[in-house]
Amino acid sequence: MFTLSSEDNTNFTELLKAVHKIGSKTIAKHAQDVDQKARFPVESFAAIKSLNLMSAYVPVKLGGMGLNVEQISKICEVLALYCGSTAMIYSMHKIQVACIVHHCMQVDYFKNYVKKLVSEQRLIASATTEIGTGGDLLSSFCAVKESDGQFTLTKKAPVISYGEAADDLMLTARRNIDAPNSDQVGILLTKEQFQLEPISGWDTLGFRGTCSSGFIVTASASIAQVNPVPFSEILSQTMHPFAHITWASLWSGICTDAIDNARKFVKNSVRRNPDMPPISSIRLAEVTGSLNNMRNNISASIKEYTEMLIIGDSDAFTNFGFSTRINNLKISSSQMLIDIVGKAMMICGISSYRNDSELSLCRHIRDAYGASLMVNNDRILMHNATLVVMHKEAR
Amino acid sequence: MHIDKIRVILSAHGRLTQPVDKLDDNSDLYQAGLTSLATVGLMLALEDEFDIEFPDSVLSRKTFGSIETIADTVEDLLD
Repeated sequence: MFTLSSEDNTNFTELLKAVHKIGSKTIAKHAQDVDQKARFPVESFAAIKSLNLMSAYVPVKLGGMGLNVEQISKICEVLALYCGSTAMIYSMHKIQVACIVHHCMQVDYFKNYVKKLVSEQRLIASATTEIGTGGDLLSSFCAVKESDGQFTLTKKAPVISYGEAADDLMLTARRNIDAPNSDQVGILLTKEQFQLEPISGWDTLGFRGTCSSGFIVTASASIAQVNPVPFSEILSQTMHPFAHITWASLWSGICTDAIDNARKFVKNSVRRNPDMPPISSIRLAEVTGSLNNMRNNISASIKEYTEMLIIGDSDAFTNFGFSTRINNLKISSSQMLIDIVGKAMMICGISSYRNDSELSLCRHIRDAYGASLMVNNDRILMHNATLVVMHKEAR
Repeated sequence: MHIDKIRVILSAHGRLTQPVDKLDDNSDLYQAGLTSLATVGLMLALEDEFDIEFPDSVLSRKTFGSIETIADTVEDLLD
């Protein structure tokens, strides 16, 4: 399996400064319009591509920046300071890049694709869920129908985030028409190889810019684009941990921005009445502690996952304890997101409740509620409920 | 010997979508319909039958992947 190598990342601090710059100069400026119109953040991604960030996780020897999980998570967090939807899309794209880099490099098609990803800064969407499987990523109905080195495929996907804006699409399907639902493979398609027929829109409370509509995908492409590695391996080793770590990181970015607003509010109060600290400063202290906890949880997961990638024992990723902890990171971070943004609103009061205020947290709180519903916390908790009967935390 | 007992337990607790006697020792049990919920029942029954306790180090998807991997794990725990 893929093992992590230590590459030179001395320029990361400079890169982060550049991300902050596109954040304040471009991404933040369009965030409100993206949210109001529920449109893809084109300006954000033009800026992100200008920094070559689409291939940031690609190893240096393949032309990328060779950033590690911690650094990718940090970029997600910084992007979220300026626009939650942009950060969410970037994270979802990066999950697909990680799956390709970790699991597909034995296949010529994917090796060549990575060169294209680097030179053209392409955006990858994914279709892993399917109508009828009840959200179970490890089960597919649709199948690769092969004939003379080509295949066709039709998938009813309840959600494909930014499907219409993406250059490429990674989807899961049964290996062939005779394979059981659990025998899945990953397939990478380029835009001209698939059609999307819309079956549902995306007029939602939050994360409106992710444009996560439902589609029927019909595809026709070369069998060389099917990665033979069992999808269950890709899910346990990469997709599951990488997703929950980068999501939690970007949610911490939303929290950080909300707390910044709260701090501005408290500072103004202190300025007005320097002799007596405002009551809201206690709440600010409390909510900052919650953010510290959230960040510590993320750091612990990043550390554990990174060490596992360095050791490279593929079986370790299916350990029930590891799965449970990664699930808990998602559950607790998404709950803390609502809690922290809510408390920041209590501090700022009505000015955070207004859409037209400098201290508005309306988009933040609407985005916040999406985190626990998308890949529903209850379903994850149900999964953990079976795992914890077997798994004991180390004594 | 253990394999036969494991097959009986798997048949009672695995909730598989196909009969256990149609499976080879190395057939993929997840492809045969083993779910995480059924794994709990399977594990508890194995612990009772063999009077063993599965330590965290062996609690992974791979351990319950086939009759053979279950038998190997049980064998190790009995030693």
